[in-house]
Amino acid sequence: MQANMLQAQDSNPAVKGSETAASEIVASPTSCQFISFRLGEDEYAIDIMAVREIKGWTDATPLPNQPPHVLGVLNLRGAIVPILDLRSRFGQGLTEATPMHVVIIANVAERTFGILVDAVSDILTVEPEEIKTVPDADRSEGEDYLSGIINADHGMVVVLGLQELFR
Amino acid sequence: MSNDGTSGSDFERFRITFFEECNEILADLEVHLTQLQEEALDNEGLNAVFRAAHSIKAGAGAFGFTDLVNFTHSFEALLDKMRDGEIDQTPQVADLLVRGGDVLAELVSAAQENRSAGPDFGADVLEQVNDLLGSGQKPTEVSSDADAQQATVSSGMGIWTIRLTPNADLFKNATEPLLLIRELRELGSLKIQCDRSQLPPLRKLDPELAYFSWTFDLESECSSADIEEVFEFVDDTCEIAIERAVSSEEDAETAEVPPEGTEVQPEVSLPAKSVAAKEAAPAGNKAKAAAASSIRVELGRIDRLVNTVGELVITQAMLAQELADLTADNERQPIAGQEQLANLTRELQECVMAIRMQPVKSVFARMPRLVRDLSGKLGKKIYLRMSGEHTEVDKTIIEELADPLTHMIRNSIDHGLETPDERVAAGKPEEGTIDLSAAHVGGNIVISISDDGAGINRERVLAIAIDKGIVLPDAHLTDQEIDELIFAPGFSTAEEVTDISGRGVGMDVVRRNIVSLGGRIQIQSQPGHGTRLNMLIPLTLAVLDGMIVAVGNQRYILPITSIVESFRPSPSQMRRLDDWTQVVQIRGEFIRIVRLCDLFNVENATHDPTQGLVVLTEVAGGGKIGITVDELIGQQQIVIKSLNDNFDPVPGISGATILGNGKVALILDIEQLAGMKATVPLPHDGDGPKEVDTPVAIVAAE
Amino acid sequence: MAKRALTVDDSKTMRDMVAFTLKGAGFDVLEAEDGVHALSVVKGQKVDVVITDINMPNMDGVTLVRELRAKAEFKSTPILILTTEGGDDKKASGKAAGATGWIVKPFAPDKLLSVVNKVCP
Repeated sequence: MQANMLQAQDSNPAVKGSETAASEIVASPTSCQFISFRLGEDEYAIDIMAVREIKGWTDATPLPNQPPHVLGVLNLRGAIVPILDLRSRFGQGLTEATPMHVVIIANVAERTFGILVDAVSDILTVEPEEIKTVPDADRSEGEDYLSGIINADHGMVVVLGLQELFR
Repeated sequence: MSNDGTSGSDFERFRITFFEECNEILADLEVHLTQLQEEALDNEGLNAVFRAAHSIKAGAGAFGFTDLVNFTHSFEALLDKMRDGEIDQTPQVADLLVRGGDVLAELVSAAQENRSAGPDFGADVLEQVNDLLGSGQKPTEVSSDADAQQATVSSGMGIWTIRLTPNADLFKNATEPLLLIRELRELGSLKIQCDRSQLPPLRKLDPELAYFSWTFDLESECSSADIEEVFEFVDDTCEIAIERAVSSEEDAETAEVPPEGTEVQPEVSLPAKSVAAKEAAPAGNKAKAAAASSIRVELGRIDRLVNTVGELVITQAMLAQELADLTADNERQPIAGQEQLANLTRELQECVMAIRMQPVKSVFARMPRLVRDLSGKLGKKIYLRMSGEHTEVDKTIIEELADPLTHMIRNSIDHGLETPDERVAAGKPEEGTIDLSAAHVGGNIVISISDDGAGINRERVLAIAIDKGIVLPDAHLTDQEIDELIFAPGFSTAEEVTDISGRGVGMDVVRRNIVSLGGRIQIQSQPGHGTRLNMLIPLTLAVLDGMIVAVGNQRYILPITSIVESFRPSPSQMRRLDDWTQVVQIRGEFIRIVRLCDLFNVENATHDPTQGLVVLTEVAGGGKIGITVDELIGQQQIVIKSLNDNFDPVPGISGATILGNGKVALILDIEQLAGMKATVPLPHDGDGPKEVDTPVAIVAAE
Repeated sequence: MAKRALTVDDSKTMRDMVAFTLKGAGFDVLEAEDGVHALSVVKGQKVDVVITDINMPNMDGVTLVRELRAKAEFKSTPILILTTEGGDDKKASGKAAGATGWIVKPFAPDKLLSVVNKVCP
């Protein structure tokens, strides 16, 4: 699933030939890799090491009395995994999820959860110094999950700290 | 431990085995020491206790648990003298052994948890043991191997002359002189002369006797101790004379010996003896080992599992065949294979569960000690009768049983049983009895603790409950409801917190522990005659008999064990107490309604109970609630999955399971539901706001 | 052919440690929980070295040594007994029964190997 999806994105003219495409750059020992994805017009990225798999959206079983961004739980090969709506977490209302939407299953602090996003776009390989810190002025209270900005050639990608995001 | 030459993971494995074994030994020890308090142990019993100490000591030495080694050393010596009849089994000695058993248990758990039991822990017991052993004899410090090797001090190059004259019967111990010679050669350069003068003519030669003797000239930096070590095992079967011929290096050079005499044995290449100590295993390994756990399983159970899997493979083939035939011949149905598959699945499940099953004996075995200690402290005479120790239950549950059991027995001794004087005055035997039993009942294990004490003092319990605001002053409670107040949070009948049942832990914690195991606890008390506590606990935490219920589009699971009945109430059965609370009347009882649809905010659900169903469920702490659902879907064994591995606890939900269609269904937590408050007021239609002023005591809610 | 050792001990920890150490040195290792078990385990088996504990239920180590030595096929098999520090009387009774040598518990695997090498051709 993951491979197919990324391949499909590779054929996208906007991405093709970009110097950040994973297959074309030899990663140095210090470089970091991120999976980037879209949420509406914005692009975000998370550390690839945290990502376990990427799957299409299926209906989750709702959990009672939870914040709106907690969509419910899914059966992931026998494990019960909570699914969180990133759009709703950002206060932009609930995603009208369709089977075209994508759930990124991530592993953070020994917990596994899925985040619902619009589409996965790329794998970014960058050197640590290419990750710029988020200016303090741009962050309001409780937004410490914005852990950096990468200047990719097709635009800015915001790096998210998953642990801070769903604490 | 340092020079063990094993990798970290092997080391961990040994540690795990060691502590498992220690725990088995300790449980066994407990049984024997308990017996010792009643009668003197026979030889078999003493041997068993001795072996317990002995085995722990051996393992402890290998892992370098010095405290444990030193203690077991003295303990073992004491038992050895008892076996030999040098020390009698007096009550004082018995008491010392029992206390020693306690010290041993604590030292083992300290070692397991990588902590120190404290510098002087067990010192008093150790001292008494050593006093008994006589003449204030101090136990010899057990030196580790590493120390022994360090003691080998090089004393410069020297020439040693060694004469080895074996006794004729050298070979009866399967000693091979050639191996001794090889070992000597490893110490340095060796010249050997063999004396064959004792060799008889062939006719008279007995192949089982030794006839040769040897003289060795060894040039080496070794000490005499090194040479003695070579002959360690033969010093009783050989005459050995070791002399240092030349002591200084210079002298050694002057007194040169011919490098190759005629009698010199051919060189044998052997690997050099390794004495280099490897780095100690990092402490992290130990910590990790303590966390891992394993289980010992009877081989027969594994065999049964393997056989069942074998049958499963055959059935799969059979089913495949039946399905293939299905396309060719539409009239045949794959029923036989399907039925067999169902049977095998059940069998397989039982087999797998059986692997985790262990007898409750290990927990029961701790109780006699407790009873003995407490009865001594409180001046009560108590006889503990145990039965059903071999009843098996999931290992996880066994581990969780120890605390509640301990507390309940404490409670019986502290509050239930009377002093000998009181008992005699009440016309009872001086000695009180506590019965501890375990038995299988259906898919559950029932553990009962009953005493023939005074029973629950209901007047006092009620007074305390009112005083603490647990029930309203004008509440009318049945005797049963009063008895169950002892499980209410914050309730403690002890006027002062005693160090027996006190310590801020009440029966409410016991109940919570049992409930968290998916079990229930009941109390039966008869004033003047005693109290019985029954714990009903599922045999396993992994599987549950569940009732699938529908609320709107959602499916939930209710544990079958807590369901009393389900019914559709008529409008006349429904009563509304205020905007939030609704009760249903059934057989004269008022049961509080828990509206799942409102509590969980479920869409498309039936809001009017008279259009849906009320499932009457027992709350573990006593009392009942009526849960509203749309319909019952069916009963099914479900596999319990934890929700909390990946998420925070959700109020009202104890876990989740995966249904046949792959969807997740949530398992309802009755106890939590009973305590949850609705977030939306009751609708004002349907049954109408009929007020009733029947006094209703709701005891269940926490 | 790999050499074969028999470890006899009622403690699984000890058996495990002995077995692990000897397996690492290329031995095949048979295990028995006590003397009686050991006698049934060795039936029809050739064993190159026996390492036995002394204190065991059913049949102790000294008796086991005596029983083994009485068998023709164990006449020249090295037998090591496991003793504890200062167990001189145990060593003596073990030797009298026919034991080749002893290993003092607790021992490190290196020590075990060196003792086994000492008695095992």
